[in-house]
Amino acid sequence: MSYGADDMMTVAASRRLSDGLVCFVGIGLPSTAANLARLTHAPDVSLIYEAGPIGAKPSVLPLSIGDGELSETADTVVATPEIFRYWLQGGRVDVGFLGAAQLDRFANVNTTVIGDYTQPSVRLPGAGGAPEIAGSAKEVLIIIKQSRRSFVPKVDFVTSVGHGDGGDARKRLGLPGKGPVAVITDLCVMEPDSDTKELTVRSIHPGVTREQITKATGWPIRFSADVFETPPPTASELEALRALQQRTAAQHGTAGMIAN
Amino acid sequence: MTEIVSLHEAIATGIRDGDTVALEGFTHLIPFAAGHELIRQRKRRLSLVRMTPDLIYDQLIGAGCATELKFSWGGNPGVGSLHRLRDAVERHWPAPLTIYEHSHADLANAYVAGASGLPFAVLRAYNGTDLPKYNPHIKTIRCPFTQEELAAVPAIRPDVTVIHAQKADKRGNVLLWGVLGVQKEAALAAKRVIVTVEELVDDLEAWPNACVLPRFVVSAVCLVPKGATPSYAQGYYDRDNRFYRTWDTIARERTTFQHWLQRHVLDTEDFAAFLRVHAESEAASSVDSVDKTVHA
Repeated sequence: MSYGADDMMTVAASRRLSDGLVCFVGIGLPSTAANLARLTHAPDVSLIYEAGPIGAKPSVLPLSIGDGELSETADTVVATPEIFRYWLQGGRVDVGFLGAAQLDRFANVNTTVIGDYTQPSVRLPGAGGAPEIAGSAKEVLIIIKQSRRSFVPKVDFVTSVGHGDGGDARKRLGLPGKGPVAVITDLCVMEPDSDTKELTVRSIHPGVTREQITKATGWPIRFSADVFETPPPTASELEALRALQQRTAAQHGTAGMIAN
Repeated sequence: MTEIVSLHEAIATGIRDGDTVALEGFTHLIPFAAGHELIRQRKRRLSLVRMTPDLIYDQLIGAGCATELKFSWGGNPGVGSLHRLRDAVERHWPAPLTIYEHSHADLANAYVAGASGLPFAVLRAYNGTDLPKYNPHIKTIRCPFTQEELAAVPAIRPDVTVIHAQKADKRGNVLLWGVLGVQKEAALAAKRVIVTVEELVDDLEAWPNACVLPRFVVSAVCLVPKGATPSYAQGYYDRDNRFYRTWDTIARERTTFQHWLQRHVLDTEDFAAFLRVHAESEAASSVDSVDKTVHA
């Protein structure tokens, strides 16, 4: 079965979500990857969405964070304050799954503005639930398409903290979670260096070159000493992804809508 | 105690120019009918609060009703920007808009503090973000027990909170279910509460742990079937995803927005009339898109 770079990104991201974990899911690419994990190797993952559904099992991908599909398939639906107070800040979330518009070498996330805050060149939606997800989830996964525009040395605005200015920054800031443990792109998978916390390429997707990754990164990207090739998507992963996308397209009219 | 009144009357008597107003609803049960009535009655200088300002706040801001906005995620979910919000912030059209940006956890906690009669909310995780640099309302506080540094944000105490719910009984008790967002907390934080409902019934038939707002916290109940359109009401109707996409085209330019607002809101008498005109526009645009497909 043939596949594209976006499929590889979604599959690689879904593999990072282990079965049995509790995952706080952002809308868009994270939701696709988390549900693919649930439909393949991680049937016992519990998905939490910020609008209130806990244990959501959507058969089609939601367009918005409060879709009826999420509450109808959930184990329970609680109020939004409870989601943030008891479940996230209370330390019951294993993995926070986030997207980003802009990301820097220490995996800090910007979803607020590109350019100056008062006169932005691009105005983005803002924080939503991300700052607390990035702070309190035990671990964070980030899924984002890679380009020189989105991978910058320093984000224009820190909406959600990754590893701050590196090293033990999170400890200094008093953030309880471990922060980003992997960044999954359409070219590769990066992980923070164990000491400096600078993002380092860990695996390269099939057919992608080191030069491509270097060109699509706004800082001199480092490759880990034992970098390997990301295993390509299996037939069953691709079948599950296609079926999910087709059900979503049939329900919502267009498949393109969900990819942002 | 609750009055059961028309939406026109509830807005005319319950909301004054200059009030702090929260219209809440997290994707679900967004009080569009009440928002339109604010526009129709040309309310001005409102200080708006909402976690996820989506189309309804784009409409209120574009119509010139607001001077301030407190929010945590401003966009058209799954579609893109709110063009009227951006035009107001970046080019001061139709009037300057001061924004106060927070996170979801912050505003949810701030409503809880408001509902609890406390002056501020406390939470973790603003440390290291740039949000406090641009929002003077986000401060830090040291825990007197553990010495941990935490974020403190002021309680939200709206003059009026407006929500949409599935049912009310004729005495004014209100029942809602599904995705509840912060509606209960926003209602309990407010001085006055206006609720539009899908149905008025003799008996709510509420189960013991249901989300019910007792009538003594509800100022006015208004019967407005489909009053959350184009968002959804679980058990009644689905979200009109197509209109959320269409809105991007309508709101992109000032002229198309003004034309839409005039025809659909300002020139209609009430929400039932809006729904009729809205249905005509939808039918016309389906014909257009069929024509384009045929001729493509």
